[in-house]
Amino acid sequence: MAVLEVEGVSKRFGGLLAVSEVALRVDSGRITALIGPNGAGKTTLFAIIAGFIPPDRGVVRFDGRDITGMPAHGICRLGLVRTFQIVRPFAGLTVRANIAVGMHLREPVRRRALERAELIARQVGMEAMLDTPAQGLTTAGRKRLELARALATQPKLLLLDEVMAGLVPAEVDEIVAMIRGIRDSGVTVLLIEHVMQAVMSLSDDVYVLNNGRIIAHGAPNEIAANGEVIEAYLGHGAAGRIEARSADA
Amino acid sequence: MLHIINFAHGSVLMMALYAGYFLFSLFGVDPYVAILILAPLFFCLGYALQRFVIAPISFGKEQNVLLVTLALSIILDNLALFLWTSTTRSIDVSYAENLVDVGVTMVALPRLVALGAAIVIGLLFWLLMTWTDLGKAIRAVARERQGARIVGISVDHIFAMSFGIGTACVAIAACLLLPTFYVTPQVGNAFILIAFTTVVLGGMGSFIGALVAGLLLGIVEALSGILLGESLGQIGIFLIFILVLLFRPTGLFGQRAL
Amino acid sequence: MKRRGFDAQLLVLLALGLFFLALPQFIHSSFWLGFWTMALFFALLGQSWNVLGGFGGQISFGHAVFFGTGAYMSAVLQVKFGIDAWTSAAVAVGAGALVGAFIGAVSFRYGLRGSYFALVTLAFAEVFRVLVNAWDFTGAGFGMLIALKPGAANLQFVDRVWFYYLILALVAITLAIAWWIEHSRFGAYLIAVREDEDAAQALGINCFRVKLAAITLSAALAALAGIFYMQYFLFVDSHIAYGPAMSINALLAPMIGGMGTVLGPLIGAVALGGLSEFTSAAIGKTPGVNLLAYGILLLIILRFLPNGLMGLFRGRA
Repeated sequence: MAVLEVEGVSKRFGGLLAVSEVALRVDSGRITALIGPNGAGKTTLFAIIAGFIPPDRGVVRFDGRDITGMPAHGICRLGLVRTFQIVRPFAGLTVRANIAVGMHLREPVRRRALERAELIARQVGMEAMLDTPAQGLTTAGRKRLELARALATQPKLLLLDEVMAGLVPAEVDEIVAMIRGIRDSGVTVLLIEHVMQAVMSLSDDVYVLNNGRIIAHGAPNEIAANGEVIEAYLGHGAAGRIEARSADA
Repeated sequence: MLHIINFAHGSVLMMALYAGYFLFSLFGVDPYVAILILAPLFFCLGYALQRFVIAPISFGKEQNVLLVTLALSIILDNLALFLWTSTTRSIDVSYAENLVDVGVTMVALPRLVALGAAIVIGLLFWLLMTWTDLGKAIRAVARERQGARIVGISVDHIFAMSFGIGTACVAIAACLLLPTFYVTPQVGNAFILIAFTTVVLGGMGSFIGALVAGLLLGIVEALSGILLGESLGQIGIFLIFILVLLFRPTGLFGQRAL
Repeated sequence: MKRRGFDAQLLVLLALGLFFLALPQFIHSSFWLGFWTMALFFALLGQSWNVLGGFGGQISFGHAVFFGTGAYMSAVLQVKFGIDAWTSAAVAVGAGALVGAFIGAVSFRYGLRGSYFALVTLAFAEVFRVLVNAWDFTGAGFGMLIALKPGAANLQFVDRVWFYYLILALVAITLAIAWWIEHSRFGAYLIAVREDEDAAQALGINCFRVKLAAITLSAALAALAGIFYMQYFLFVDSHIAYGPAMSINALLAPMIGGMGTVLGPLIGAVALGGLSEFTSAAIGKTPGVNLLAYGILLLIILRFLPNGLMGLFRGRA
């Protein structure tokens, strides 16, 4: 069952074609990854899906419903929430208050929102920092806060934009476990990631974006062996050189 | 150019007007000559103000700059009020009433001089920005602050230089205004919005824009004064300001806002 | 920890309430009664600004546009249409709210933020000032004068102490509103919008609607201040009502006292009032001294106490 369907989406910024004829599909209950070299257009695609930028062409369907061009807050209400690549905590507020803002989407009563924020904090391992001001957190802490805040809105589909960037391997492992837990609790996940070991171990399905176009799609191990993908990351001719080297070995 | 909204601009103008007034009434210095004294003086003042007052207090955040310059304008306006009271003053130069025949109509000499000066200064600015190192540094800082720092440009210094140039211009403007205008502590307030409207209409960072906008606004002001009457006419500029901000914030010639 | 903080704030509010209620018993001069009345007036005006600027983060430089509308509307209704003071007051509050909604709808619809928003509010205030000054119906250059007809029905009081109680009641209402903002979903959303609009949007907040509600509320409260001013002084003109002075007064109290806090505007207003008396005593009543002192204080606060005087109480400098 498709939670998200993107068809023929394109977006041009002046002379730059950021996203071109992108089609992808995220199935319910699975973890799908969107990878590709820097500047490939991944964050732009996220912004389009989540309603921050309207596409020039194409359709975005969430749970079968056309959400193309809907405002971001409306899309969030429907259950599609995104995090930001460069984290954006509410700096002046505590961790608890930050999460509560997300909680308020489904919980109008302030006191209850603050209480339930505690539960979410526990889920991401932040209960010790509930009363810390957000600006006092480390990078890892802020990433977790971003995740916690998004979770608080009780999403059906969670768009994670490079949530592991800047984390040490131990922290990456923690987040990977967390994301698995989130998936198990019934939330579908679409993530942009550069940390390859995380992508390979976490995802059920991988799309590769390069220069605004989807160049490959499949299971993680298929993608890893895909020549075009390798070239996109390592440069022209790299696929051939790698093959030649393994033939020699 | 640096996208800094300086709320104290009008107050600095007012101070420059007083300076010119006192130079004339106490020492008999002609306003146009006063330019030579006041422009450098106000340049230094502006530089110091930005470098040692505004920048440290606002920690560079845009919102704080707004508030700090607001505080400055409150201080300057009321300092003037306190020192010199609200009595309107004006100077009397022999040539203030001289009319020049420009073919179509008669124009007061000081206004003609002001127009000429505006064009000259516009040209000088353009030259400054395009051909000098300082100008290039300013443009660099405007585009990409961190990058400018990396190549060794002292951003604080550049901001202060720009501010200083701005206040020097204000001083020149004051001297040009003095023959035909009056001086009170409140005079700056009227000019703030006009100045901002000019910049916003012309487009931030464009000198041609500022000149064109200035001309346009002058016409608008005159027309609305004629059509709507003396008291109502002042609205023209404010309405244009609101309309431009709403519908075309980049102005006529401006680059896209950051 | 959280419960203690919550209760402590309520306790402080209660204590302040009692203090101000009892105050008239200890005041024996009309001078000091006037001082405290005006201090509370600026607290009211400041709190109205605080809703939009402090909690909402939308700095307005033209709050007089709402204040003046309240003052002029109530005056016009009473003087030109013979409507009783209380009804006029109610309508004037509505008028203020409407102006707020209009300016908000237009400014926020077109994405005005930060300095641009501040300047636009100033521009609107100037537009209103010029209009009201040019139009005979609103008294043109002479302003509006309400006839002296003491009596509660006319919202004028023989014994000035009733003005004190009236403004105290109004300030109490705004304190309650500010407290509600700090403890409600609307307030949480408003503060989120102030901190980061994009992040707020990503969490399902309709930023436009939140800001619009904030400016409408803020405008209504400012209009309330305008109505009080009108009844207290019985005279207003375009400069008093819509001029930059009142706009500056509106933002001084919350900035000095602490933006985005419940008690900030009140503390700020009292501090400013005190400073004003001090400078009058020390330097004399020369025009400009007050505001000069205010400007210097503002600069000092911005440099050393960015959270305002409330920052001292919260242990943050």
